[in-house]
Amino acid sequence: MELTGPLPPPSDEAERAGFLSPNWVTARLDDLVNWSRANSLWPMAFGTACCAIEFMATAASRFDLARFGMERVAYSPRQADVLICAGRLPFKLAPVIRRVWDQMPQPKWCISMGACASTGGIFDNYAMVQGIDTIVPVDVYVPGCPPRPEGLLYGILMLQKKIKRETVFDPDLRVERLADQEGLFLEPEAVDELSEPFGNSIHQTRSA
Amino acid sequence: MSGAAAENPSAAALRARFGAAAGRSAVVLGATVVTVERERAHEILAWLRDDPDQRYDYLVDVTAVEYRDRERPLELVWQLRSLPRGVMLRVKADLAKDRPLEVDSVVDLWRGADWLEREVWDMFGVRFRGHPDLRRILMWENYAEGHPLRKDFPLRGRFSRSEQVRRALGADLRAHYSMEELSIAEAYDALPADVRERLAAGEPGRD
Repeated sequence: MELTGPLPPPSDEAERAGFLSPNWVTARLDDLVNWSRANSLWPMAFGTACCAIEFMATAASRFDLARFGMERVAYSPRQADVLICAGRLPFKLAPVIRRVWDQMPQPKWCISMGACASTGGIFDNYAMVQGIDTIVPVDVYVPGCPPRPEGLLYGILMLQKKIKRETVFDPDLRVERLADQEGLFLEPEAVDELSEPFGNSIHQTRSA
Repeated sequence: MSGAAAENPSAAALRARFGAAAGRSAVVLGATVVTVERERAHEILAWLRDDPDQRYDYLVDVTAVEYRDRERPLELVWQLRSLPRGVMLRVKADLAKDRPLEVDSVVDLWRGADWLEREVWDMFGVRFRGHPDLRRILMWENYAEGHPLRKDFPLRGRFSRSEQVRRALGADLRAHYSMEELSIAEAYDALPADVRERLAAGEPGRD
């Protein structure tokens, strides 16, 4: 959360405590809100590669995404709750996914599906974003190349668990992080660190 | 197909017509490759298209090859096919690296060369003289790191990852996908007469 969370606004602890401290009523309200949010997640499918095929399989009858309240796959960001980036993201698409994310109304979450969306995967090259978390904040990473539908479903269930632990009385959770003067959403050092080669790609020289 | 492939007779015809300017030819894996002089490439390709015995009316691909040996020139490749004769011919031109990488565009011969030549420019940095709209096609508009398929291009690009992300996010979305580029209306005047007639009759596709 430290990497993808919003910039902490100067929060006045005393004021927040005075506003609504956690109590029996807020806890019940949270339960209700989170129950409804977690069970009616409408996905915004951002399919760019083979992971999208697995996403389609997940949505189709055999695995049936609808069992988890994701009956309606929104192909409009304005009616979507969870952005599922299924596939590698080239730099050319980076402003597109950022705009899609900006167009989604709160509350919203993001699932990074597959190795490429999460880390750049095998594409450690000049054209590929090394993990979409350098562009949009990610809640759940689903590993795999591509992940099987069970894997994506597991990630979705993890997201549902995460949502059920949220509280509507935490103003920080829904803060939108806007671009800084540089046009970045993370500090440049954080982007560089997230994009560092790992695994087999550390053996690639930069010019060979 | 018989075992040893014979040389495409077009190679001999080229030698007879252009002499040393189309002197070298070889048969590689059954395909005939003719190497031509870069300054006369356009003239030779025009002849191959228009000569009644050649009729290479279809430009399959324009691409380039850079070899690992830095001394070897960059090769430009035109893959031609004659639809009426059912014959393929590969034409190459050597572009020495000590001179600007320039060659005449063949868009005036085959309209299909437009995007192919843009791709070669984007990936290899070969300038096509006379191309109507020579700009990047695969990489984005504000890409400033060079030409990625060149051997001296570092695999991960020249800029740091944060700089790459910053530039990518700063790109103008509408610059990639302009309506003009996607519109068939613009190409209307360039279509063959019979297609124009059909479209003008009110078929879908023309507004």
